Amino acid sequence: MNQDWPLFEVFVRGKRGLNHVHVGSLHAADERMALTHARDLYTRRNEGVSIWVVRSSDITASTPDEKDPFFEPSGDKVYRHPTFYDIPDDVPHI
Amino acid sequence: MTQTTTAAGPEAQDRLQAHFDGVIAHDRRIEPRDWMPDAYRGTLVRQIAQHAHSEIIGMQPEGAWITRAPSLRRKAILFAKVQDEAGHGLYLYAAAETLGVDRADLTRRLIEGRQKYSSIFNYPTLSFADVGVIGWLVDGAAICNQVPLCRSSFGPYARAMVRICKEESFHQRQGYELLLTMMRGTAAQRAMVQDAVDRWWWPSLMMFGPPDEASPNSARSMGWKIKRHSNDELRQRFVDMTVPQAEKLGVTLPDPELRWNPERGRHDFGTPDWDELKRVISGNGPCNEERVERRRRAHEDGAWVRRAAAAHAKKQAARQEAAREAGQDAGHTGTGSGADGRETR
Repeated sequence: MNQDWPLFEVFVRGKRGLNHVHVGSLHAADERMALTHARDLYTRRNEGVSIWVVRSSDITASTPDEKDPFFEPSGDKVYRHPTFYDIPDDVPHI
Repeated sequence: MTQTTTAAGPEAQDRLQAHFDGVIAHDRRIEPRDWMPDAYRGTLVRQIAQHAHSEIIGMQPEGAWITRAPSLRRKAILFAKVQDEAGHGLYLYAAAETLGVDRADLTRRLIEGRQKYSSIFNYPTLSFADVGVIGWLVDGAAICNQVPLCRSSFGPYARAMVRICKEESFHQRQGYELLLTMMRGTAAQRAMVQDAVDRWWWPSLMMFGPPDEASPNSARSMGWKIKRHSNDELRQRFVDMTVPQAEKLGVTLPDPELRWNPERGRHDFGTPDWDELKRVISGNGPCNEERVERRRRAHEDGAWVRRAAAAHAKKQAARQEAAREAGQDAGHTGTGSGADGRETR
């Protein structure tokens, strides 16, 4: 039997009000062990109030290329940004 | 996430290389799934693995004093410190794994002597003062080396180094405080500190590696911005930082050539015994065999635990699968709920 434990990615919420952020990975036999290992490895100094773990093999990712056509639809839509619109300087609060 | 090799023609290859060079030139980070030259990947794997091995082997010299610490306070501190070293090793193995290598394989290479670790951990810790001197000098030298690595061009390595550097500062300060305490003690305690400084000073200087003219790969690593400063530059920084700390502590650094050079605005210092460094790196230091043998034994002694945990996980997964098929909820695994607090199923 394969005794190598699978790889998990670890996400930690630093404090209430923040998103979980990817902090690294670790090996564990199962999800429960991944959580306790993540606590011991990534939160030895109160770095988190909540942890997510997910098997690395379960992550689906976009391709790494920055020029990927995948991101093209948002490239030419300057009108999605507030700076696209000319408003006279004397209009307050906008 | 797996690495795909792009089967591309020479033109596509040039384009990939140009993009890589551009990212490096603009001081941006390379991430694991980006295309990178094989030599860049190989250099990183070697450096990060060697770094990880150093943290893991580095648990041994100080770990030897945990059961003999002179007070509960010192014991708790030392225990936390050695635990940090384990953590640092794991951050670094995780960074190496993003390059497509496997941690179990790296461990095997360490145990079989096919990958190296820092020469410094092949020296013995003869007294409790060594614990303090390791924190002060060895971790001090490590900080000098590691702070610039926080800006290393490979993202996962740089991020691991940020975490590590935050924790190293505790390591160095606990060591210095330990030494201050001993220096306020008896004459015998002060002599212990001086003896430890005498033994660890030169090996600490060797931690920065061979002199620049004998370090042919350095220039390439600096071109890739994996490394930011040369070995000799970092060594000089370490000496300049350490001299005033030694004065404050009241110890003598064992180098008759060490003096302030007002023209350079830096300290002049003697030449480490490079033959000794070669001997220790190539496996003939005082503790090389003991360190690797101990790591091998720990790894083999833990095999049944790894097997048992894997068997348990497999059995639990099979039971849950069976329960799901039977249309019942087998209850939770202890993790309970999914990301947003919704039930996982």
